[in-house]
Amino acid sequence: MRLPLLPRHRQIGLGIMLLILIVSPPFLSSFLLSLLTQALIYGVLAMSLDLLVGYLGLPSLGHAAYLGLGAYSVGVLTTRYGANSWIALSVGLLLAMAVAAVFGLVALRATGVYFLMITLALGMVIWGLAHRWVSMTQGDNGISGVPRPDLGLPWSFAKAIPFYYLSLVGFLLALWVLWVIVHSPFGQSLVGIRESESRMRTLGYNVWLHKYIGFIIAGTVGGFSGVLWAYYNGFVSPANMELATSVEALLMVALGGRATLLGPAVGAAAIVFLKNLVSVYTHRWVLILGAVYIGTIVYAPEGIAGALTQLTKGVKPEPLRSKV
Amino acid sequence: MGKKLLVALGVLVLVAAAWSGPAWAQKGPIKIGYQGPMTGPAAAVGKDMANGLKMYLDEVGHQIAGRKVELIVEDNQGQPDLALTKLRKLVESDKVHVMAGGLFAHIGYALAPKVDEYKVPMLYPVMAADDLTQRKPAKWVVRTGWTGSQPSHPFGEWVFKTLGYKKVVVVGMDYAFGWEVVGGFQKSFEEAGGQVIQKLWPPLNTTDFAPYLAQIRKDADAVFALMVAVSSLRFPKQYQDAGLKARLPLIGGGTTFDEFVLPSLGDEAIGGISPLIYSAALDTPVNKRFVKEYRAKFGKVPSYYSETYYTAGRWINEAAKAIGGNVEDNERFLAALRKVEISDAPRGPIKLDAYGNPIQNIYIRKVEKKDGELWNTVIQTFPAVSQFWKYKPDEFLKQPVYSRDFPPCKFC
Repeated sequence: MRLPLLPRHRQIGLGIMLLILIVSPPFLSSFLLSLLTQALIYGVLAMSLDLLVGYLGLPSLGHAAYLGLGAYSVGVLTTRYGANSWIALSVGLLLAMAVAAVFGLVALRATGVYFLMITLALGMVIWGLAHRWVSMTQGDNGISGVPRPDLGLPWSFAKAIPFYYLSLVGFLLALWVLWVIVHSPFGQSLVGIRESESRMRTLGYNVWLHKYIGFIIAGTVGGFSGVLWAYYNGFVSPANMELATSVEALLMVALGGRATLLGPAVGAAAIVFLKNLVSVYTHRWVLILGAVYIGTIVYAPEGIAGALTQLTKGVKPEPLRSKV
Repeated sequence: MGKKLLVALGVLVLVAAAWSGPAWAQKGPIKIGYQGPMTGPAAAVGKDMANGLKMYLDEVGHQIAGRKVELIVEDNQGQPDLALTKLRKLVESDKVHVMAGGLFAHIGYALAPKVDEYKVPMLYPVMAADDLTQRKPAKWVVRTGWTGSQPSHPFGEWVFKTLGYKKVVVVGMDYAFGWEVVGGFQKSFEEAGGQVIQKLWPPLNTTDFAPYLAQIRKDADAVFALMVAVSSLRFPKQYQDAGLKARLPLIGGGTTFDEFVLPSLGDEAIGGISPLIYSAALDTPVNKRFVKEYRAKFGKVPSYYSETYYTAGRWINEAAKAIGGNVEDNERFLAALRKVEISDAPRGPIKLDAYGNPIQNIYIRKVEKKDGELWNTVIQTFPAVSQFWKYKPDEFLKQPVYSRDFPPCKFC
């Protein structure tokens, strides 16, 4: 497949950014490195949600469920059955995919606010399951003591730096997959559906099927972020898939800039760092986070990515019709 | 977009460089890391906890074993994921020598494996998760508080023998601590001859109990409620409004009628009976002084959250003194922490048992009104109760940890 070429300065920019991500870990304090790892993992979640919110115009309030599914697959399989990491990974992805396939049937009957409500309800079903199915999930106690992955490779990922690189590889893999998808004819048709469903239908596209496949892909990649999260944190609990996590994921997308993939990843990093660094200095950090959100919505409705483009180019970014 | 991202990352790296900060000096201050819910639904409890610790450090002039003390306070919002992140921050970034923190029992289970990995001693003055000093001991966790079932064991038998209730309905918060408090009560209450005839489990931080209150069976003699933090504030009032108080006496776990909630409750709480390791109404000179000074400083009566964190400060002091202030030697520091015995804490004498849980007094308290204020009057003291009470430890440990389904509800 031919990928659209980026302008030269962007290629260089992205290259340098990648270089920094690769080179910086040994120079970072271990706490900062753990935050950067978190940012990458939440970046995967935010990018997968961006496929729904940005490219399909379907704001979901239940995306944390997929993170939870991936995370619980790893938690249960590794601590209870001592499963190998590849099996845990596959089960995590398949489970997220299967649940997305079922939820998609229900959720895609609606759009806009109704889609928001249905995904919210479905997300709470998964949360409730984690909470009440104590014999499997250990309820509110959560599952602790999840070991770091062993991929059968000559490297151990037990230490922070190797695990960071593993997360980076996972992040790049997710980015690559999503990048290819959104730039494929399929991805273009998703954007078309976002812009005008009726026109796409008239042109002969099976709109529902396109949305359904998009929904499943988003869920599966979301599950991947959960797999990484369980290995990173060593602990899984229902708190992982509370409404707050879903809202946070949506805010990452809004903050970073919809339909840009990398924007939401930057949004994820911004929120992870804001949350964890500001709270060191003040207990009023929630207030500051709130102010940042309001500021973004009022002054940079297209998110960080949009604001930067506008700032440097002096042009308005392509307007989006769907509102989050 | 790339260029701007680059700039953003550059800034990030700069922040990182600044973050690494000045190198930590060998004989700097003793660093104590605290984490608790300072925002969110349980924030008020988190403040009680931090205030207790601060009050002790103020009393000793922020000097322990001849070294200055630095207290680092972190907010975990009562969320396990955030608690783990803050644990990383305190150990890796602040290089603390000892930690004290936590409120909810399930966070205790989440943190323990990580604490063991870091080999930095952490005091659990409140988190009462039973298994951390029973079936899944954590080497680096020093529990200076209690196990959830510890006050319930003597209480269950006492309720049957002294209050004479035969059939009890239980309403408990649906998480580790709730199961353990209820489980301990059910075990000894039923062994004495009583019957638990119904168990209801509202989720943690429930504030509307109407659906649960409506289900309470009419043939009970009393209701045993285990509420925590924000739920304790709401439950007694709704219990009264549902017309239940006049018919069924309300007893409960210690946190249901804790001093943290009493000032916010009205007459609906009067008569509530509960066991705990502390009561602000304890009539000892040490406790009277503690209550008076705490009130002068923070304008409210100390709760057991304040007392346990106050005593945790003292605990750290005693251990650090015992090893000449050399807290960098973490193995010796841990050993010293385990050896601490305090004979005159506000709550009474405390020392650790062979499994690392305090042996201490259990007080049975009744909410009464004195001078317009609600107090937990102590009506019975069980001296020096261990987590196993009258049971043999090795036999007790053969049963599974208390859970939603253990002990099973035989009379439901």
